[in-house]
Amino acid sequence: MYQFQYFRPKSLDEARKLYENNGDAKFLAGGQTLIPTLKQRLAQPTALIDLGGIAMSGIKVAGGVVTIGAGTKHFDVASSADVKGAIPALSHLASHIGDPAVRHMGTLGGSIANNDPAADYPAAVLGLGATIKTTSRTISADDFFTGMFETALEEGEIITEVSFPVPEKAAYMKFPNPASRYAMVGVFVAKTKGGVRVAVTGAASSVFRESAMEAALTKSFTPDAVAGIKVSPGNMNSDLHGTAEYRAHLVTVMAKRAVATIA
Amino acid sequence: MTASIIGTSVRRKEDHRFITGQGRYTDDINRPGQAHAYFLRSPHAHAKIKSIDTAAAKAAKGVVGIFTGADIAADKLGPLTCGWMVTSKDGSPMKMGAHPVLAGDRVRYVGDHIAIVIAETHAQAKDAAELIAVDYEELPAVVDPAHAADAGAAQLHPEAPRNTIYQWELGNKPETEAAFKKAATKVSLNLTNNRLIPNAMEPRAAIGEYDDGTGGYTLYVTSQNPHVARLVISAFIGLAPEHKLRVVAPDVGGGFGSKIFIYAEEVVCTWAAKKVKRPVKWAAERSESFLSDAHGRDHITHAELALDADARILGLHVKTTANLGAYMSTFSSSVPTYLYGTLLSGQYNIPAIHVEVDAVYTNTAPVDAYRGAGRPEATFVIERIVEEAARQLKLDPVEFRRKNFVRTFPHQTPVIMAYDIGDYDASLDAAMKLANAKDFPARRAEAKARGKLRGLGYSTYIEACGLAPSAAVGSLGAGVGLWESAEVRVTPTGSVEVFTGAHSHGQGHETTFAQVVAGRLGIPLENVEIIHGDTNSVQFGMGTYGSRAAVGLTAVSRALDKIEAKAKKIAAHVLEASAADIVFENGEFKVAGTDRKLAFHEVALNAYVAHKFPTSEIEPGLKEGAFHDPTNFTFPAGCHICEVEIDPETGVTKVVNFTAVDDFGNVINPMVVEGQVHGGVAQGIGQALLEHGVYDKESGQLITGSYMDYTMPRADDLPTYKLGFTVTPCPSNPLGMKGCGEAGAIASPAAVINAVTDALGVKEFDMPATPQRVWATINRNRAAAE
Ligand SMILES: Cc1cc2nc3c(=O)[nH]c(=O)nc-3n(C[C@H](O)[C@H](O)[C@H](O)COP(=O)(O)OP(=O)(O)OC[C@H]3O[C@@H](n4cnc5c(N)ncnc54)[C@H](O)[C@@H]3O)c2cc1C
Repeated sequence: MYQFQYFRPKSLDEARKLYENNGDAKFLAGGQTLIPTLKQRLAQPTALIDLGGIAMSGIKVAGGVVTIGAGTKHFDVASSADVKGAIPALSHLASHIGDPAVRHMGTLGGSIANNDPAADYPAAVLGLGATIKTTSRTISADDFFTGMFETALEEGEIITEVSFPVPEKAAYMKFPNPASRYAMVGVFVAKTKGGVRVAVTGAASSVFRESAMEAALTKSFTPDAVAGIKVSPGNMNSDLHGTAEYRAHLVTVMAKRAVATIA
Repeated sequence: MTASIIGTSVRRKEDHRFITGQGRYTDDINRPGQAHAYFLRSPHAHAKIKSIDTAAAKAAKGVVGIFTGADIAADKLGPLTCGWMVTSKDGSPMKMGAHPVLAGDRVRYVGDHIAIVIAETHAQAKDAAELIAVDYEELPAVVDPAHAADAGAAQLHPEAPRNTIYQWELGNKPETEAAFKKAATKVSLNLTNNRLIPNAMEPRAAIGEYDDGTGGYTLYVTSQNPHVARLVISAFIGLAPEHKLRVVAPDVGGGFGSKIFIYAEEVVCTWAAKKVKRPVKWAAERSESFLSDAHGRDHITHAELALDADARILGLHVKTTANLGAYMSTFSSSVPTYLYGTLLSGQYNIPAIHVEVDAVYTNTAPVDAYRGAGRPEATFVIERIVEEAARQLKLDPVEFRRKNFVRTFPHQTPVIMAYDIGDYDASLDAAMKLANAKDFPARRAEAKARGKLRGLGYSTYIEACGLAPSAAVGSLGAGVGLWESAEVRVTPTGSVEVFTGAHSHGQGHETTFAQVVAGRLGIPLENVEIIHGDTNSVQFGMGTYGSRAAVGLTAVSRALDKIEAKAKKIAAHVLEASAADIVFENGEFKVAGTDRKLAFHEVALNAYVAHKFPTSEIEPGLKEGAFHDPTNFTFPAGCHICEVEIDPETGVTKVVNFTAVDDFGNVINPMVVEGQVHGGVAQGIGQALLEHGVYDKESGQLITGSYMDYTMPRADDLPTYKLGFTVTPCPSNPLGMKGCGEAGAIASPAAVINAVTDALGVKEFDMPATPQRVWATINRNRAAAE
């Protein structure tokens, strides 16, 4: 790690001011991505602004919407009776992020702000058509994830909460990378008021919606409807653990298996 | 009451300190005034160093000193060396390139050590290292052993043309050729033994210290063999005379071989301590461990088996290319030769064997012994080809093995080893029963109905431990003898301190060695202390590797013989009897046929008080030592059976059943032995399904440089093992033990891959059987069938 200054503001206002007054500051949430990056000297912020002192965590279910504070830990989402009752697929997803230590530190806001191509949460946010609330606006999931490690967030903008509309049914199926256990392919399937949504993480440079599967599942919400859909390997990631062809194939298998759990 | 403690599962004495966080590892030690070191490493796989400018770095905050290869050369510090001479078939000695402790004008792998930066804090040392300007001229690199000897491949060392270190052979070539000429069936197989990265829980660390008052150095280091480290650093590197160098290996958190070797960092820290007049501490970060610990395995092999019409093995020919990395590590030359070729006969009668091994340099981290060292590679060859032979002949793999088992002992193989004892049918029978092998067809059918593929694989392995009669290893090129030493000191109150050269870094010696002493002397386990790991207290030792603790235990046992003999003489005087009439039973010295007796502690007290015996005849005190040199290797053997289930849609392979029945001879502590099997099998399944050290073929960068890409086995990758033991007591040591530390890693990879190939119906499959590879194979086969 390089040296940096550390701040722990009590309010969003204070956090914003600190951000503005410090050259190359970064927000710190659970630190599960940021701290390893610093330890490997891959980033050199002048200041860390720890969001942990700001009341931004908690889970509310009201009016067919589950609202989760950005600072809520993965463990709390995984173990919340409210989430389990309203969107069991979401707590299931959270329970498969990393290991217990990671789940007790990592946060929803940090995960989606980071938008790692292999992260799990982006699949739920996009798959459920969630809304991301920040210090300056609300952003729809479809507009939020803009590319590899890129989001619609502006400089200094802080995610405060995410609202997930409760779907009719939903499921998440993850094929973990054997080494890192991040998603090599993760498919979130949801039947929502606005229609069927299928979001895929891990496979490409950023989470994306698989429209051919959405169309097929709209006609018939069955595993067979997606089993025959071949996904193009064209945009898929390829590495030691999986070629683009393998990942494309896994998208179909994981989609089919996700649907099978709820069809 | 304690005589029966040998053979019981007493809890490990050391675990209290380990699991309550009170272990004392090298990085827990802080010396007064210590400074912190960081090593600048090569970012390139192969480059010329045109210049190094340290001026800016030396001026950085907190910097205490920076040294490079030029400083090492100026002090005439010798290079790291490989202590086992292997001779090529043409009679020429192996071709070893120099391995300077800090690079000279060339770097040869990513992670090669260039400079030591010493500062007040580790962070400052790292900051300063970034200010060192190295002018590199990048050179082409070769990382693939299959192409290292190609004409036109990058050349690593001028001493070794075509990157070839040696071309070794063992066995009988004409006889083997004759066997193939008369063979009714020939079986051939291509195999790769994947490169593994050891990943001990505790990364390597060292603290070097120099005392100007005495002129003595001290090195605290993560070592499996502190005396060997002292010997090499003194005699070969020339840092200090042996008596002016103390090496301490405190608690060590796992080694698996990777901490046998003498590494640059520990040498440089010790040397630099005198330069900067302060203790110098270095502890590897995990990324450094990946880059710079010696890796394991990395063989490419073509094997052929000749069989007669009755399915009896006539001959075996094996041709292997072994990747030794960029430099020859401490024992690297012996691993793909004497620890490999000598085990290729397996459990079978094979009249003729010929093995050829080419060792090559590549621009990768040095490769040396890793749990099993050569024997897993040998077992993989013989157990894969035996399984394949059975399949080719459409014979039951069990029946085929039985047809060829060695059943009379001693058995001289064509590749040096003389097996002393064993019962291979017994372990195979027991394993088949535990694994419920007979019902496998039903389980396979049931899996098929669920759309899954099941496979069953056997590995009836043998290995050689104990390492080994000194004259024997000497004749094979070893630079050292491989005996072990022990000193038993009885205190005046009758408790016992045992000084052993067999360092413990996870094996539980503090318990098992104490069991042997307590059982023998009839005293409570708590009264025995096992002391190891410090050259200042332990007389000498060759260290722990090669499942050789039995050698150390035998040395203890021999020292106890002497203790008993002397104690009897003392007891005779005290009891006013003849020494010949004294018997030692259950911790008491008795005059035979009377009720006159002395407890062990009473004799101990008399030995030190020395009032009741003539000190002109018997010296006061009770302390004896022994150096034990084994008379043969020991030959643990057994049978592992693996059952896998493959999901053809995803390629995921799950080990659903794993059975290991091992013959380790007599067992001192079954719980400790089971623990060794558990760990070994985890590493073997890791090798077969998960782990793979991969370098980028173009750039020579280590792709699997962290746990993001290097797949370490985790608990949920492993099944609950079914374990069993059979026993044929080892005839070459008084306790009848064979060694158990490596068998799990030696036997299991072949069992797993035999199961995977059985499930997939394919002949060859390269480890590791990752989901991606298994799926690709299924896909290919399906496409071919269509
Ligand atoms: C061993 C390990 C295994 C893991 N496995 C998985 C896995 O299987 N699946 C998975 O999805 N993830 C995994 N992760 C990542 C984990 O989920 C992280 O917690 C998450 O990616 C980042 O969240 P954080 O709270 O730790 O954020 P931090 O690391 O603190 O921050 C990450 C980034 O987000 C920014 N940020 C944080 N909070 C906000 C906010 N409220 N508004 C705006 N920007 C913000 C920070 O400035 C930083 O750039 C793993 C991590 C580790 C260490």
